[in-house]
Amino acid sequence: MTVNKKIQRKKHVRPSNDPLTILSPGSKAPNFSLHTTPDQKVSLTDFRGRPVVIAFYPADWSPVCTDELSLYNQILSEFQKFNAEIMGISVDGVWTHLAFAKDRNLHLPLLSDFEPKGLVSKSYGAYNQKTGESERALFVIDHSGIVRWSYLSPDGVNPGADGILNALEKLYPEKREVTQVNAA
Amino acid sequence: MSSENTPKLTLPVNETRDHIQGSPTAKVTLVQYGDYQCPYCGEAYSIIKKIQKRFGSDLRFVFRNFPITEAHPFAETGAEIAEAAGAQGKFWEMHDYLYENQQSLSNVEFFARYANEKLGLDGKKLKKEVLAQAYTARIKEDFMTGIRSGVNGTPTFFINDYRHNGSYDYEVLEEAIEFAMGTKKIETKKTLVSRPERQTRR
Repeated sequence: MTVNKKIQRKKHVRPSNDPLTILSPGSKAPNFSLHTTPDQKVSLTDFRGRPVVIAFYPADWSPVCTDELSLYNQILSEFQKFNAEIMGISVDGVWTHLAFAKDRNLHLPLLSDFEPKGLVSKSYGAYNQKTGESERALFVIDHSGIVRWSYLSPDGVNPGADGILNALEKLYPEKREVTQVNAA
Repeated sequence: MSSENTPKLTLPVNETRDHIQGSPTAKVTLVQYGDYQCPYCGEAYSIIKKIQKRFGSDLRFVFRNFPITEAHPFAETGAEIAEAAGAQGKFWEMHDYLYENQQSLSNVEFFARYANEKLGLDGKKLKKEVLAQAYTARIKEDFMTGIRSGVNGTPTFFINDYRHNGSYDYEVLEEAIEFAMGTKKIETKKTLVSRPERQTRR
């Protein structure tokens, strides 16, 4: 039992030079229920019937994350065209999320993967054991809860929004025209 | 610079549509997506001036709007002012003046006066257009072409249609442009690093 436990734990530890394997398209998206405010939780299943975009990111306040989340925040109306909900997840606590969102005028929900630390990030293969933070990883989950696109961004690189919008368009081609004609 | 994984401009540079400095026959085209209130774009502004001086007629420079208004509430105003001046034939003069006076962005009158007194434009018309957001559609079009091309913050540069993933420091941009010109054969690590200076500065 102890030996098995040790092996299992070892499996989770990723050497820093070893590529992470994030959940790939076709996988069932693991459900979660995380705090977005001190008294409010958000679950993946709350959005069943709608596409969901999850942006895991290392930390509130860090420069690349701010760029990335500000960008998504700026184009919320583009995601709404697909009836998609976009949310950010990091291991920061709810109070720092609230302060960060207020400071940067962010209107998308930020979920706190705080306790047990990084559990949800780990379930998506998007946790960096070495830094103790979520990786910068994107997932597009369809209306039935299946991962349809995922992307692990190189460290320090803001992935932008084009990959997400391309994935949503591919999934829901009937919305494509609307997105291409209209601007933010 | 070009590779399968590097994002590419979805809307190619268009001589009649875009704001352009330089000749279409220039060896390299540098496109910037910028926000007039963004402090990093303010930094990049003077660097681009040096880059233009360094490469002369070998370089064509294009500016497209990318106002991140949720973060920079006066970015849209800045873009409107530049476009309104552009409609009267003085885009670049106003573009430069905006970046040299970023702290005054909330004051449309300040720029209208400059348009009137220094550029010989109809300042009243400019102000009226800015307040009416006359160029919003154009600005939004710029913005969305940026989103679809992989613009991931401001400033973002494209060199010969491919996104420049390095920093906007002078040496890095210079090397990337030399590489695109074919005058530099080996791409050093510098150009491949993703904006490290920008990250540490924040």
